[in-house]
Amino acid sequence: MTHGSRRANGHISVPALARVEGEGGLEIVVSDGQVTGARLDIYEPPRFFEALLRGRQYTEPPDITARICGICPVAYQMSACHAIEDACGVTPPEPVRALRRLLYCGEWIESHALHVYLLHAPDFLGYPSGIDLARDHPDIVSRGLRLKKAGNHLMAAVGGRSIHPVNVKVGGFYRAPTPRELAQLTPDLEQARQDAADTLTWVATFDFPEFERDYEFVSMRHPRQYPITEGRIVSSGGLDIAPKEYDDHFTEFQVEHSTALHSTLDGRTYLTGPLARYSLNFDRLPAHIQDEARAAGLGETCANPFRSILVRAVELLFACDEALRLIAEYQPPDPPAVDVTPQQASGYGVSEAPRGMLYHRYTITGDGTITDAKIVPPTSQNQRAIEADLVDFASPRLDMEHERLTAECEQAIRNHDPCISCATHFLDLWLIDGADGNHDHHHHDHHAAHPPELPHN
Amino acid sequence: MILVIGIGNPDRGDDAAGLAVATRVRKATSPREVTVRELVGDQLALIDEWTGATAVYVVDAVCSGGTPGTVYEFDAADTLTEHFRHRGTHTFSLADVIELARALGRLPRHLAGFGIEGASFNIGDGLSPQAEAAVEEVTGLLLGELKAGV
Repeated sequence: MTHGSRRANGHISVPALARVEGEGGLEIVVSDGQVTGARLDIYEPPRFFEALLRGRQYTEPPDITARICGICPVAYQMSACHAIEDACGVTPPEPVRALRRLLYCGEWIESHALHVYLLHAPDFLGYPSGIDLARDHPDIVSRGLRLKKAGNHLMAAVGGRSIHPVNVKVGGFYRAPTPRELAQLTPDLEQARQDAADTLTWVATFDFPEFERDYEFVSMRHPRQYPITEGRIVSSGGLDIAPKEYDDHFTEFQVEHSTALHSTLDGRTYLTGPLARYSLNFDRLPAHIQDEARAAGLGETCANPFRSILVRAVELLFACDEALRLIAEYQPPDPPAVDVTPQQASGYGVSEAPRGMLYHRYTITGDGTITDAKIVPPTSQNQRAIEADLVDFASPRLDMEHERLTAECEQAIRNHDPCISCATHFLDLWLIDGADGNHDHHHHDHHAAHPPELPHN
Repeated sequence: MILVIGIGNPDRGDDAAGLAVATRVRKATSPREVTVRELVGDQLALIDEWTGATAVYVVDAVCSGGTPGTVYEFDAADTLTEHFRHRGTHTFSLADVIELARALGRLPRHLAGFGIEGASFNIGDGLSPQAEAAVEEVTGLLLGELKAGV
């Protein structure tokens, strides 16, 4: 391949992506001077967990599903609780729901701080890794770690443990933290809010490629609040449904080139995550956060995926602000959990994980046994949009020097913070299913050459 | 402060090896002499965990394709071997976290530890016999180092 001239045929290939959660690859195929295909190799059909859930008790999904992801356990717990409670016809009282929202803020802070500082910012500043960024800018990376720690502390105070919170149960919490325990977090969170504001100012100085996509955004929407735990499911294409209608509109299916399930909305590619939440819910942000977003150069919507780092910084600021508000207004739920009696039914739950909407569905019997479970993580939902990003981004840039284009395509994937961490152990199951006839793609070689994933969840 | 940190997931088979060593070291030492902590998950939290400690020993499960039960040693004064470079389900391996701490000037004065090659990491499994034996071996080695250092 000749550098500096438009390539006619070839591949842009990254067998193992850096700075994404878990392992994945990308491949873009160029023939006759056109991008003819883009593949994001992710192996994330959560079938293993769905099978594991069948036959278990209705009280178990929050604990079992929290282990799917070491980065967003709260999201799994919340969507699971919502779905089980929906099946049982229970809506926990406001104090329980407020405490859930507070716990979830901790996860947003933790996850967004990690992504902004150590996974995404190095792309804009020309560093191969967060470690290299830290060597030149230790104060900046320290600020990111301080933010992340504030999120960890919040998760530990409410959830009982910062990774895989153990205090969450169907109906509420095992124990409600005292107002004093939460008030102790306030100084750290005030520092975190300042750090988040500084983060937004910092990322606003980055250079962003001119690139916009005509996304159909999908997120939750609440009558008053910026969506985290509650709301309907809406899209920029006019969708407005209750969580129980999810399966009427969203379809997961297998594609030949990947072991991952793809998802469409009424047959269309869509995007979930920070860009979608922000663009569909700008009016739900507090006025002072809207002002900060505008000052950072954002409009009321954002369709440039490279600018998602700005949106994450806005959400980081919002999560710190919201956590402080919830702590100031905190009324311990008493009792900490409501009784949830099983009944024969299906239940549906969604919540906004840091990287997008997470859907759970459970069917239970009258004695509380789970007979069916379905989980659709945001990264599965976003695969088609990410691949479409790659096609649109690479097509007009085929003149670019190969190494640089490869790096920018990799960055185009990191824009969406894909989480593949719950992936690899599903691969064997997939093969056993016999649904993998044509899978000779390099990611199998890649995995065959590597030991199985070490699960530090 | 002398600190021992076991890393791992208690629900994932041999991933719990580091935690098992921590439990044994806690039983065999006095909390006045040795602080023992367990870290479940996020390895980046190590940097906060070891802040203020003078000597730190970290024990973690390893998944590097070696013979199950193999014990690897490291000293952060040297570059870590590839056994400690696997990212696992997180973006940062133990080797990455140590390099990040080095870049930020947040390495303890002495940082060393052990990796235990696991046989299986299945959800709900206990320790394999190979990992169990390695846990005993590492506990002995670690107690020896602590005795020499205390």
